[in-house]
Amino acid sequence: MATTNENGLTITTLDNGLRVILQETHQAPVASFWVFYRVGSRNETPGLTGISHWVEHMLFKGTDRYPQGEFDKVVARAGGQFNGMTWQDWTTYFETFPSDRIELALDVESDRMANAIFDPEEIDPERTVIISEREGSENSYRWLLDTEVQAAAFQAHSYQHPIIGWREDLLTMNREDLYSHYRTFYTPNNATAVAVGDFDTAEMLAKIEQHFGALARGPELKPLRASEPAQLAERRILLRGADRTSHLQMAFPGPNARHPDFFPLTVLDAILGGAKGMGLFGGSSSNRSNRLYRALVDKELAVGAGCGFLPTIDPYLFSFRATLARDVIHQQVEDAIWTEIEKVQTDGVTVAELEKAIKQTKAQFAYSSESVTNQAYWLGFSDMIADTDWFAGWLENLVAVTAADVQRVAQTWFTRTRQTVGWYLPEG
Amino acid sequence: MTNRANHAFPGPDNVFRTQLSNGITLLVRENHAAPVVVLDGYLSVGSIHESADKAGLASFTASLLTRGSSRYDFDTFNETVEAVGASVSAGAGDHQTSFSTESLAEDFSQMVELLADVLRHPTFPAEQMERMRGQWLVRLQEREQNTRSVASRRFHELLYGDHPYGRPGSGYPETIQSISREDVVAFHRDNYGPQGAIIVVSGDVTTDAVVELITTHLGDWQGTSPAQTLPPVSAQTDIRRESVAMPGKVQSDILIGSLAIARSDPDYFAVQVANSILGQFGMMGRLGEVVREEQGLAYYSYSMLDADIGPGPWLAAAGVNPANVELAVESIRAEFARLGAEPVSDEELSDSKANMTGRLPLALETNDGVTSQLLNMEWYGLGLDYLYRYADNINAITAADVQRVAAKYLRPDAYTLVVAGPE
Repeated sequence: MATTNENGLTITTLDNGLRVILQETHQAPVASFWVFYRVGSRNETPGLTGISHWVEHMLFKGTDRYPQGEFDKVVARAGGQFNGMTWQDWTTYFETFPSDRIELALDVESDRMANAIFDPEEIDPERTVIISEREGSENSYRWLLDTEVQAAAFQAHSYQHPIIGWREDLLTMNREDLYSHYRTFYTPNNATAVAVGDFDTAEMLAKIEQHFGALARGPELKPLRASEPAQLAERRILLRGADRTSHLQMAFPGPNARHPDFFPLTVLDAILGGAKGMGLFGGSSSNRSNRLYRALVDKELAVGAGCGFLPTIDPYLFSFRATLARDVIHQQVEDAIWTEIEKVQTDGVTVAELEKAIKQTKAQFAYSSESVTNQAYWLGFSDMIADTDWFAGWLENLVAVTAADVQRVAQTWFTRTRQTVGWYLPEG
Repeated sequence: MTNRANHAFPGPDNVFRTQLSNGITLLVRENHAAPVVVLDGYLSVGSIHESADKAGLASFTASLLTRGSSRYDFDTFNETVEAVGASVSAGAGDHQTSFSTESLAEDFSQMVELLADVLRHPTFPAEQMERMRGQWLVRLQEREQNTRSVASRRFHELLYGDHPYGRPGSGYPETIQSISREDVVAFHRDNYGPQGAIIVVSGDVTTDAVVELITTHLGDWQGTSPAQTLPPVSAQTDIRRESVAMPGKVQSDILIGSLAIARSDPDYFAVQVANSILGQFGMMGRLGEVVREEQGLAYYSYSMLDADIGPGPWLAAAGVNPANVELAVESIRAEFARLGAEPVSDEELSDSKANMTGRLPLALETNDGVTSQLLNMEWYGLGLDYLYRYADNINAITAADVQRVAAKYLRPDAYTLVVAGPE
């Protein structure tokens, strides 16, 4: 068991292949423990969309040691916070506890890595729970538009379908499908465990070895081969519905996290749409001085506007979003967004804008450092899409971005033929 | 694995509390773990101080504060705050106008200077006001397209009628349309003042420096605040049910509950423990177990207590397929009745108590967690040693207490039920 210490982290791999990342910090008497699995909607095939998310639900439905209903009771009783989340590139489970109880997290997570029952009696009630979760989202035309745009933006890659899956697949999937997905991807050698907080590193490492060390290594998984062909034609989505508020979305294929253009585009994202919070669900940050806000909201074309660009394993999307002001038509907003893109392509950005993006990022890192839960989340998901060095180098890589880089990536990635544009407009 | 004694909860041992001569109460908790400072505060004026025909005025006024003040016009304000990655915001609740800043420690003094300017000297530019009104009306339109927010609005309207608690804080399209610049200027002039205000600071600062900063920028502010008097809320003695048809939706949102208690009620801890057992503990308590886990009817099914200066509702919420509305409502009502009819088990009681007391270190991990807790304690007059006594208050609750408050407040013959969803 070789251990390396870098960037204030202790990183090791157990004999069964489980990667372990530890960060000891004594700012508050709390600790957070996460297990990230290298599986998400990205790994799903037609007919089985949504299976990763459903498997995540089943991991709350009991093992022999912690039967249905026991897991959440035992964690809550100990004053813990818990959740599971499924994303495109990963699935994760975490518990945050007062630090003297953190070993319970190791116990429940090592147990359900191998021993979830998938009781046949629990499959159908969970099917309707998930369909209910999906129907809650379907109540929002913004969600429906987002789903349509994403499906149109990908023709070959599995990023095409929503994480929760197509309804038709949710109706037909069975226990065998779910259990087989679990057995394939839930192995120590396909997972990373992360602990951040008020513990002694050597002691924590020994306990992780004790709880997880005996789990059997699984077969090596073949890497995914799907790659999205270059987009040759503009794609347009027109969604109509009963809601009166209009929305617009534009999406462009972007690079993955390891691509050299990732950091220049991240800076561009901040300059166009404002700094993003680093909270578990994005967080919030004051953003009324960015270019899109000034061009769209200040000009009364939209009541809200922004852009988004996420680090992913495979190339994903750089997207723009706006909620339209009253009596404004979609074409006006689409044109205004293009005007802002072209300004960067033609005139570039200023040094002051670069410096602002850096200072905002530094501030967000400082805020995020207050929470062990946030820190563990960032370490874990970074390890899924790249590695911990990638995360440690974040600020340095941002500082290295020049105005010329930003202008170049705007020219490279934003072209009319590579856009997928979605309009939601009220019926009638 | 370690649990250091020096990580005591915020309280008299580690929180500085003082009152300025103009009536501002200031609390400071130093925390040098990260180079960050959070400030949270209340002015003692809110939506209950607006008239019904100007519903939304308190909230509208608070939102305009950061759109122009004597030394910071809209663009200067945004650039000053965002260039350093900070945030400064204001908003209104039923009884209070809240404000907050989050910044790096090195920028804190500038944020306080800016905050004082926007609270004391807003200019309410007409152009900004009209722009915000346009945005506000679209947001109200979105509120009316959302099943959860429509259910919540109708629930409060049915429960409270003409009482100020019955109006949404964000107002209605027609009341927002009717607000004039004079209304906003007058609301600010007549109601914003230091009397009864609270400011809480936590982070990488020294107490002396904070006292000096706040005194410099807010110490010479003079003025009174309106009284926090509420019209009485009449007890509900009937059943009120309503369905709101919303075209284009696929899921229905259910809210069902009854008027319960104010924050100062002696039953407060008993209702909180009962609520945890009913619809919070673990995966949403008994309601989660019965509605979600056993029947698979909903992704969420939980209960909550809203206790403020005046009495608030104790209610359950669920999002279900329209075909399952009646089944879900009957299941929730059955759980209401069971909680009042038979004592909870020893295990359920001790589980919820263990959770409510044991999770405190998590809630108090960040500066933001500390300021919101201290602000709440000061606002409701709970005492600075509230967190030291908290576990005793929770642990004193018995199964008989839980049963008594459930029978008293979750009444089968007096409740409000709203369903918003597909036709």
